Amino acid sequence: MLLANAVPQHIAFGLIAAVMIVGALRVVTSNNMVRAALWLVVVLSGAAAQYILLAAEFVAVTQVLVYVGAVMVLFLFGTMLTRGQIGHERDLNNKHRIIPGVVALMLAGILGYVLIDAYHASKLPDAVPVSTDKISDSIFSTYLLPFWALSIVLTAAVVGAIVLARKD
Amino acid sequence: MLINEFLLLGAALFCIGVYGVLARRNGVMVLMSIELILNSVNINLLAFNLKHGGDVIGNVFALYVIAVAAAEVGVGLAIVLLIYRNRRSIALDELSQMKG
Repeated sequence: MLLANAVPQHIAFGLIAAVMIVGALRVVTSNNMVRAALWLVVVLSGAAAQYILLAAEFVAVTQVLVYVGAVMVLFLFGTMLTRGQIGHERDLNNKHRIIPGVVALMLAGILGYVLIDAYHASKLPDAVPVSTDKISDSIFSTYLLPFWALSIVLTAAVVGAIVLARKD
Repeated sequence: MLINEFLLLGAALFCIGVYGVLARRNGVMVLMSIELILNSVNINLLAFNLKHGGDVIGNVFALYVIAVAAAEVGVGLAIVLLIYRNRRSIALDELSQMKG
């Protein structure tokens, strides 16, 4: 029973994770800004699917609404407003790309070693869906102060973005 | 499921995002790489939330991270738009007027 439950989860995780890694690599290496933005959609949708595997449906739905819906539209607008023409471009990358590659590989090695060393046999418990009312209770009681701070941040960001982008 | 599967996926996304931030010179592409980093953090938060079950702290903080990321993208793209309007280019290595 446990094995029968676990195998589809592993297969789903592996498939989605492979798609996400390929998509993320295309986001940072693609020479076409619109294609990079669309690969980012793939990565963000894959992240939403991983959240469902982690039994966090509300966060997954929020991810789809906020990231795939709103943030991606912002990115596409930003791409199209800052470019005369859309297409293959050469000046998206820095001249020296070896040093960032070395830094990223070293970081991956260190993080991988530490994680495998610390959690090599640590299993996750069976996923119990998190109920949304528990999340809302938590937000509006224990974590009310960060929620207020977040509201002020969002208001300031909206006003700031309008002030910055307005033509006058 | 092992917790390491999710943690290693998060670590891989984080490293790819760091590479993107360092290797890109276009402002919008750097913002996209930052989104990759923020998503890897969210995967970690939710994995640890499931590991230490009975709580919803990880979910709450993942939601806060999503909200802060939305604000960051809004202001960041407005700044990039302003730079483009003033300089007709968003190559980040040309922004050196503040260098002493």
